Amino acid sequence: MQPSTRAEEHWRRTRGLMIVSMIIWFIFGFAIHFFVEPLNRITFLGFPLGFYMAAQGSLIVFVVQIFWFAWKQNKIDEECGMAEEE
Amino acid sequence: MQDAFVANLGKIYTFYTGGFLGFVIVLAILEQLGVPGYILGYLFVLLTIAVYAGIGYISRTAQVSEYYVAGRRVPAFYNGMATAADWMSAASFIGMAGSLYAQGYDGLAFILGWTGGYVLVAVLVAPYLRKFGAYTVPDFLAARYGGNFARLVGVVILVSCSFIYLMGQLTGTGLVMARLIGIPFEYGVFVGLLGILVCSMLGGMRAVTWTQVAQYIVLIIAYLIPVVILSTQKTGVPVPQLTYGSILAEITNLERTAEYIAPYVGAAKGHATPFWFRDPLNYFGLILCLMVGTASLPHVIMRYFTTPSVRDARKSVGWSLLFIFILYFTAPAYAVFAKYEVFTNVLGKDISTLQAVAALPSWVFTYGKIGLVKICGANAASPEAVFAACQGVKDAAGNLTPVTTLTFNRFSIAPDTVVLATPEIAGLPYVIAGLVAAGGLAAALSTADGLLLAIANALSHDIYYKMIDARASTARRLIVARLLLILVALVAAYTAITLPQGILIFVSWAFSVAASGLFPALVLGVFWKRCTSAGAIFGMIAGYATCLYYMFGTEYYGVPKWFAGTWLTQQGLNNIASGMVGIPVAFFVTIVVSLLTKAPSKEMQDFIDQIRVPKGGELMSEAKPVGGH
Repeated sequence: MQPSTRAEEHWRRTRGLMIVSMIIWFIFGFAIHFFVEPLNRITFLGFPLGFYMAAQGSLIVFVVQIFWFAWKQNKIDEECGMAEEE
Repeated sequence: MQDAFVANLGKIYTFYTGGFLGFVIVLAILEQLGVPGYILGYLFVLLTIAVYAGIGYISRTAQVSEYYVAGRRVPAFYNGMATAADWMSAASFIGMAGSLYAQGYDGLAFILGWTGGYVLVAVLVAPYLRKFGAYTVPDFLAARYGGNFARLVGVVILVSCSFIYLMGQLTGTGLVMARLIGIPFEYGVFVGLLGILVCSMLGGMRAVTWTQVAQYIVLIIAYLIPVVILSTQKTGVPVPQLTYGSILAEITNLERTAEYIAPYVGAAKGHATPFWFRDPLNYFGLILCLMVGTASLPHVIMRYFTTPSVRDARKSVGWSLLFIFILYFTAPAYAVFAKYEVFTNVLGKDISTLQAVAALPSWVFTYGKIGLVKICGANAASPEAVFAACQGVKDAAGNLTPVTTLTFNRFSIAPDTVVLATPEIAGLPYVIAGLVAAGGLAAALSTADGLLLAIANALSHDIYYKMIDARASTARRLIVARLLLILVALVAAYTAITLPQGILIFVSWAFSVAASGLFPALVLGVFWKRCTSAGAIFGMIAGYATCLYYMFGTEYYGVPKWFAGTWLTQQGLNNIASGMVGIPVAFFVTIVVSLLTKAPSKEMQDFIDQIRVPKGGELMSEAKPVGGH
């Protein structure tokens, strides 16, 4: 049963990473912008912070998040012996 | 020969970029020598289209896997660039900065929605469909959900959302040509169409890929140059994305204090003030629909079928978003710089005499002539026209009340003008305006290429090959694919010309249609083994039908908007966010019907297990039947 348990572990960790990714996505795609009015009272790099987050901040998080996800998922694949053969 | 090409991509595109910049410099010199602007415009359009067509011709192919998935050899970095061009349409290039100008913070829903969706693409969709090894999105639906009926439903949804979107692009092509170099709209559409067809017809996905990379380079250069120069002029720093914060602060100050602006705008409708154009339900609803739609639009998903591996597919999503980000975080700067120009150099000016009117900046009249700038309710075609209109203004009782100072409410500018007028606002030579036209054209053409290919491939691969004639030879399949490509292109161009130009609203609708129809079936198909064929098929149909009902019902048939007047929203749910209705219905129906029907077979469960791990090669290939078992 060795292969199936490796596969199970792989999927458990993959799903965990998926859930973490979705939480980050929700926070920066939605949750933080619920508070745009209080955030706008703070100035950041000359911008009202609430505006800045929707115009740039969240976008930077999305870009970094996807590269991080790709790196992390790749590590999971390799550690579980599920990566592609080259 | 192919591998040598891939190995030399860096050199080839660096040389290409240098060549393009050199071309711009040559045209700038020609302009100084007195060559008229419209000739420069023609040169820009014709030469860039010729280059794209040339790439398309060099990349011609007679192999099925080259035609459908570019031989799965496109490196992650270049696929990222191609996806960015595929993604960013005329609406992103020309329209978005204008929406941000008009809507301020509330327009940022487009920026957030059209970027955050890539997280869903990377995490939930692209790697798994790449592992499966599909040629088209319906390939996956057929393999996972029991065959050709699911395939057919998928094709119907794919064709509807992509066709709507494609018409928007052809309209965009026509508009760019009409507004910037004066070719009539109808001819503009057909010249663009010709460019699109030559690019995609001979080489399919392979040709479209390498053309899109070239188009990305043109469009990003064209987008950045004018606003970088404008930022340097206004603030001394050539990084508009950072400097527009201080300009935004000045705008906010003017909105609250200038007597010619404050009564109409004030703090309540300021540029950085949230939720006056869209209430929170519509703002967040639109973001969600655009994000989920991103992860469901077939012309985007299929770009990730071209990478060499699952690992590359994931990384490629990151590159895609990085390249898209470069344009999207610049768009709000365009809006703010344009608003600052209007607030300081146009509004508040004395217009009580003809001489005073003539002293307004010349771009006002340039764009007024073609109906894009209105003052006192009339096109600002000339100082005389503006003067006459403002002298003839009447109050509610019908008495003449000539306008002496240009106030906020007397001035309007069409959204598209913001990007187009920036070169002239910055006082740049015409060559830069031509460059912007070439960029807008590249954006429209590259997206149209991808959409056209998505539709034609679904018809030739899914309908003709998989459902009508499974024994068709390679040569025959490619001939059918090319004929369908031409047919779809002609139908789309004809529709784009005959329908009203307001069709760009359809672009946003396409996202809701794709999201409601395809997203649950794609994601649950991988992440929920219990999802059955019946569940997915009913879910797709229910989501698609609900979304269309809400969209067309509220737009054309007087169906009242939902939630209107409740604590959630005063105005009701706008149909631009119809996916807010369609997506939950689709998920609900898929899950309930799945639970009511028999669980998928052991074979299907094993198939899902294989999709979930990168190891083990593609499941669907030319040699094996769909599903690989």
